[in-house]
Amino acid sequence: MNPPVATAFFFYFLSATVIIGGVLVITRKNTVHSAMALITALLAQSGLYLMLYAPFVAGVQIILYAGGIMVLFLFVIMLISIERTMKERQFNKQWLVGIAAAAALGALFIAVYTKGRNLFPNGRLQPTETQNTQAIGSLLYGQYMFAFEIASLLLLVAIIGAVVMAKKRI
Amino acid sequence: MDSMLQISTLHYLVLAAALFILGVIGVLTRRNVIIVLMSIELILNAVNLNLVALSRYWQGRPLQLGGGPMALHGQVFAIFVITDAAAEAAIGLGILIAFFRNKETVNVDEVNLLKW
Repeated sequence: MNPPVATAFFFYFLSATVIIGGVLVITRKNTVHSAMALITALLAQSGLYLMLYAPFVAGVQIILYAGGIMVLFLFVIMLISIERTMKERQFNKQWLVGIAAAAALGALFIAVYTKGRNLFPNGRLQPTETQNTQAIGSLLYGQYMFAFEIASLLLLVAIIGAVVMAKKRI
Repeated sequence: MDSMLQISTLHYLVLAAALFILGVIGVLTRRNVIIVLMSIELILNAVNLNLVALSRYWQGRPLQLGGGPMALHGQVFAIFVITDAAAEAAIGLGILIAFFRNKETVNVDEVNLLKW
């Protein structure tokens, strides 16, 4: 089997898109711009899923995340007025502490990954030829049947909770 | 140079860690509730990328260790995480609408009724 062409290029391109999208999400003043950046990051991430030979998760990512959850976000952004928020201060008072805590977490990640890098074999991942969607379906309805039903219950609770929260008078 | 061009599992894990930290910075420093919720989505996506990358890693492992081409448990778990993200977004935005109706603002600093 021939090795995949230009894997490194696509990986770095998609990673740069994801990271730039993430930075834009947390720095933009206008919420709609943040949502657009998040949609871009999510689409690039579904490309990364395709590179990892997970086409079903990539499709679910596009349909559910970029198509469902982000539309919900944009809908709520349109419901509330954003003009006044844009004039206010965007970062809270403890932003320095927050960034310091995040940097400490980053140092922890770096330490773990430099210490444990030998756990992962270097070099190219071997491509597998399986029927991904079919295999995931039989896992979901076989081994993970109970978790699947619990997830449906969770979604029911979320629907009822959202309706109760957004209702004017209960 | 060779390790830069040969994309391994570790590359994906480092990317996911960077995305996770971006989400943590967003949650800790922003005042707008909607952007805080979007940062939580970033964190969940970082976890999903980890899960799918490690599922890919297990597919390359020998069958005796639980690997093999049918080791898709990470991808199944990623789908469950996406389900949770949908539920969380619906509930969070519902709470946000209720909060905005009461206080006419979307700043997290104003959520202080339970604070002493």
